[in-house]
Amino acid sequence: MHELPVTESILEIALRYAGDAQANRITDLYLVIGQLATIVDDSIQFYWDIIARDTIAEGARLHFKRIPTQVKCQDCQLEYKPAELEFTCPECKSFRVQIVAGNEFYMDSIEVE
Amino acid sequence: MTQRVQVIENILSANDQVALENRRLLEAANVYALNFMASPGAGKTSLIEQTLKRISSELHIAVVDGDIATSIDADRAAAAGALAIQINTGGECHLDAIMLKSALSELDLQGIDLLIVENVGNLVCPASFQLGTHQSVLIASIPEGDDKPYKYPGMYRGVDALVINKTDLLPYITFDMDYFRRGVEMLNPGLVTFPISCKTGEGLDSWIAWLRIQVSSHSIK
Ligand SMILES: Nc1nc2c(ncn2[C@@H]2O[C@H](COP(=O)(O)OP(=O)(O)OP(=O)(O)O)[C@@H](O)[C@H]2O)c(=O)[nH]1
Ligand SMILES: [Mg+2]
Ligand SMILES: [Zn+2]
Repeated sequence: MHELPVTESILEIALRYAGDAQANRITDLYLVIGQLATIVDDSIQFYWDIIARDTIAEGARLHFKRIPTQVKCQDCQLEYKPAELEFTCPECKSFRVQIVAGNEFYMDSIEVE
Repeated sequence: MTQRVQVIENILSANDQVALENRRLLEAANVYALNFMASPGAGKTSLIEQTLKRISSELHIAVVDGDIATSIDADRAAAAGALAIQINTGGECHLDAIMLKSALSELDLQGIDLLIVENVGNLVCPASFQLGTHQSVLIASIPEGDDKPYKYPGMYRGVDALVINKTDLLPYITFDMDYFRRGVEMLNPGLVTFPISCKTGEGLDSWIAWLRIQVSSHSIK
């Protein structure tokens, strides 16, 4: 799985922003993960504990916010939360749907001191 | 005293940046690029061989092969007539944009019409890493079973074309094509699909016709 490079990327971003803010320590990281992103929180936490060691982010808590999938029907404009696999529009049965939420994978903010 | 610092940065932004650079390099040299993804053994290299056999006389084709450790696939592509570059991912389960970028730097892109990237055999991770290719093709195969769209929705949702390989094995394997296709239709409505056999050659003509159109409509614009 690719959670190791992903976790390294999380550390790199957090250290960069903490450096810009001239912080001494990072205490919390707030991450946003869409339901459709193939990312496992537990593995990130696992790698985090190892790679953050000996940096100003050592011991920082990771907070994950999961965003449910939201799609919009291109034919009747209905916005809805699809069932796990079935994306078809419940109203007009159209297949032409666009994903409006669920693919997110970003760092929202960090808390530093 | 604690302080909240706003970030709002994509975790994979470094990869996405490089993917954009790759796309620009390809565009500048007018190269059309495809990312082949599949589970191990589905027939990515076999499809590359069959494709080369049919169109290497009309198009200049390069193949970039991602493999955890060996150069077997790149050697096969080279033997079939492509300019082949091997990327050993050193254990990584997917190619990323940086690996492709270093492979591109080894190629004379000006002389190439079509670039095929063979990703590492894996139905999960490659879907998360953009490479900068124009389109991605998923190669499914009959022995994998008809439930794969349901089990790997992320992969099926993100691709631009689907090849269903090893149709010659249909008589020997329990594979409900309707069930499989319903799953695909749910996840990726209207996805262009090519049932083929790299062994018998069945269905390859439509695949090649589609590929020709992709390459030529790309080079016109
Ligand atoms: N019966 C049958 N066998 C096939 C077909 N296509 C490929 N194979 C066989 O399937 C095996 C794997 O094919 P490859 O082309 O190496 O598959 P791959 O996806 O490149 O495999 P990796 O790169 O190792 O993930 C080989 O033994 C092929 O001969 C087909 O259409 N029918
Ligand atoms: Mg191969
Ligand atoms: Zn609708």
